[in-house]
Amino acid sequence: MAQGVPVTEINEEIAHDVHGGRHIVPVSVYLKVFTALMVLLVITLAAAAIDMSKPPFNMPSLNIIIAMTIAVAKAVLIVLYFMEVRYSSRITWLFSIAGFAWLSIMFAFIFSDYVSRGWLPQAPR
Amino acid sequence: MSSITPDGRLWEEHSLVDPVHRESQAIGPIPESQLPDNYLTNGLGWKSWLFTLDHKRIAILYMISVSMAFMVGGIAAALVRFNLMTPNSELLRPQTYNKMFSAHGIVMVFFFLVPVIPATLGNFLVPLMIGAKDLAFPKINLLSWYLYMIGLIIGLLALSFGGVDTGWTFYAPLSTQYAYGNVALVLVGAFIAGFSSILTGLNFVITVHKMRAPGLTWFRLPLFIWSMYATSLIIMLATPVLAITLLLLLMERLFHIGIFDPKLGGDPVLLQHLFWFYSHPAVYIMVLPGFAVISELITCFARKPIFGYKFVAFSSIAIAVISFFVWGHHLFVAGQSAYAGIVFSVLSFLVAIPSAIKVFNWTATLYKGSIRLDTPMVYALGFIVLFTIGGLTGLYLASLSADVHLSDTYFVIAHFHYVMVGGTVSAYLGGVHYWWPKITGRMYPEGWGRTAAVLLNLGFHLTFMPQFILGVNGMPRRYATYAPEFQPLNIMSTAGATVLALGYLLPFCYLLWSLKYGAVAGPNPWRATGLEWQTTSPPPTFNFDKVPIVTIGPYAYNPEDDERLYEEEQRNGHHPLDGGALVQARTTTKEAVAGGESVG
Repeated sequence: MAQGVPVTEINEEIAHDVHGGRHIVPVSVYLKVFTALMVLLVITLAAAAIDMSKPPFNMPSLNIIIAMTIAVAKAVLIVLYFMEVRYSSRITWLFSIAGFAWLSIMFAFIFSDYVSRGWLPQAPR
Repeated sequence: MSSITPDGRLWEEHSLVDPVHRESQAIGPIPESQLPDNYLTNGLGWKSWLFTLDHKRIAILYMISVSMAFMVGGIAAALVRFNLMTPNSELLRPQTYNKMFSAHGIVMVFFFLVPVIPATLGNFLVPLMIGAKDLAFPKINLLSWYLYMIGLIIGLLALSFGGVDTGWTFYAPLSTQYAYGNVALVLVGAFIAGFSSILTGLNFVITVHKMRAPGLTWFRLPLFIWSMYATSLIIMLATPVLAITLLLLLMERLFHIGIFDPKLGGDPVLLQHLFWFYSHPAVYIMVLPGFAVISELITCFARKPIFGYKFVAFSSIAIAVISFFVWGHHLFVAGQSAYAGIVFSVLSFLVAIPSAIKVFNWTATLYKGSIRLDTPMVYALGFIVLFTIGGLTGLYLASLSADVHLSDTYFVIAHFHYVMVGGTVSAYLGGVHYWWPKITGRMYPEGWGRTAAVLLNLGFHLTFMPQFILGVNGMPRRYATYAPEFQPLNIMSTAGATVLALGYLLPFCYLLWSLKYGAVAGPNPWRATGLEWQTTSPPPTFNFDKVPIVTIGPYAYNPEDDERLYEEEQRNGHHPLDGGALVQARTTTKEAVAGGESVG
């Protein structure tokens, strides 16, 4: 608790959050999550080694889709367990989701620029 | 036990703090002993400042550092302006000119405008306004100042020894491949300073969520806090993107990893996307705190509750959110897709709505108010005019077709200086004058204050109004030379800048003077209703002797009562509520005393 915080009903809430309310995560959970992350890492490498644009897959974008899916899964595990969002209050959930929502705004608009650049017919030079 | 203060606010027991020695009338320095024990007297050595965890002292540290940055940026601006008095760049070599406008932009944006209000007034006032003893994380607060100083020193050293000529926008591939000078070092400086503002933002958000005094519900918060909260949200969501962008620039410049340079397989427009994803919201990081200050000043000096409290509060949040959807309007002529341009143009117009809500509501607050033109109010009224001009000219730049002509001309320079300098700096100075008695315990000289505020406004219009015309006529920005027909307007602009400089130097001088000679202010010289005025001036280290309990909204002003009390004050020579302290505080300057006038 920050030094010099006045003791009021509101601040008891902080005290509860910081001392009493903190969820203590057993080490085994961290080990399990770490193992899961390592397994996902191996899958990432394996998937990257296969060129999905060739037969039998014939899907040029499948490589990136798989890589991104695994990356998101890893990020979610880290945020939920290592950053302890899973055990945090709803407002912490809100803020961490907002962070990602904002990141997606950036990606969505930047990509919409790249996607639509060729749409306008150019005058012949 | 509780009592109702003259302001109508309900307090626990201690109510208004004992006015301390307010009858002093000495000529010459007024000794410190006339001020109560306070955060300034709690430890005097340099260690007590450099290792302080007191948000008020950290605010002072920030105030000194951002003022230094402002001077450096101001000197660079002066050189740019003087160079532009003649069309052929007779004062500076073109390369030096480029370095000067870059230094001006980099220092003013990253090291002055972004931290100026949040880190100084915000740091000082957020805990006071919500009835807390400090910010949630005092050590992180101090860390943020150290990070700022490290960034500032790196940046200033890099700009002094070698400099950069990229402008503050660091567009690639100029910044990554072709620019000489210390681009990498400046990037590192801005990167570190960015973390300083993230920490400040984080601290504010958590403090506002967790440490409000009992009874201080969200809709009883002063609008200063709402705007500061919105600012903090933008800081936290946008600044990390700046950090990433600067790192990517560094990687391309130092290791030639192709990200932005087409020669290396990169895309220069990507840099502009990433950069403006931060920097456009950053414009609101700079101006929202200005709104924060103005809402406090207008209500206090019109003696009226704000018109449409919730609209003003939510317009801050709306600006924070919409600010993230408009950055593409900086890229209309940069090769961005025309369709993306259309979307960004429409979205950019949306920002005008919450901004206009604020302007209309401030104006409506003035209606039938009991208006006093004290210095802070002069700044506040000036702000409304300057910001309105700055905001409305933004609409020209948000329209696709107009922007093709106006992009990269002096019109853009004038527009954002109206918002950033006219807006933010006016608000900052207004705020500094308003809270100066709280920060230092002393009054500034009112006559000088008004003079400086008027000078600043006149100088400002004279400096930047001609630049609108120059821009429309096609004078491009960032060139050391220009066509001879632009010279008269450029001379006007430089003349205005000289007046403007005077408007900045004056407060610097008389505020320093008032530290020793200013009249003792007492806890509440403006009879304002904010929580910060309910403690002594300067406040004690932990702000309040007892935890305040809040039962009403923030702006319990009544213009009719105030008029009546004012008339009584005129008749009796002192205000019925404060035993003459106000009159005395406003008039105890050397001149007033020398004139034989003894008041109170």
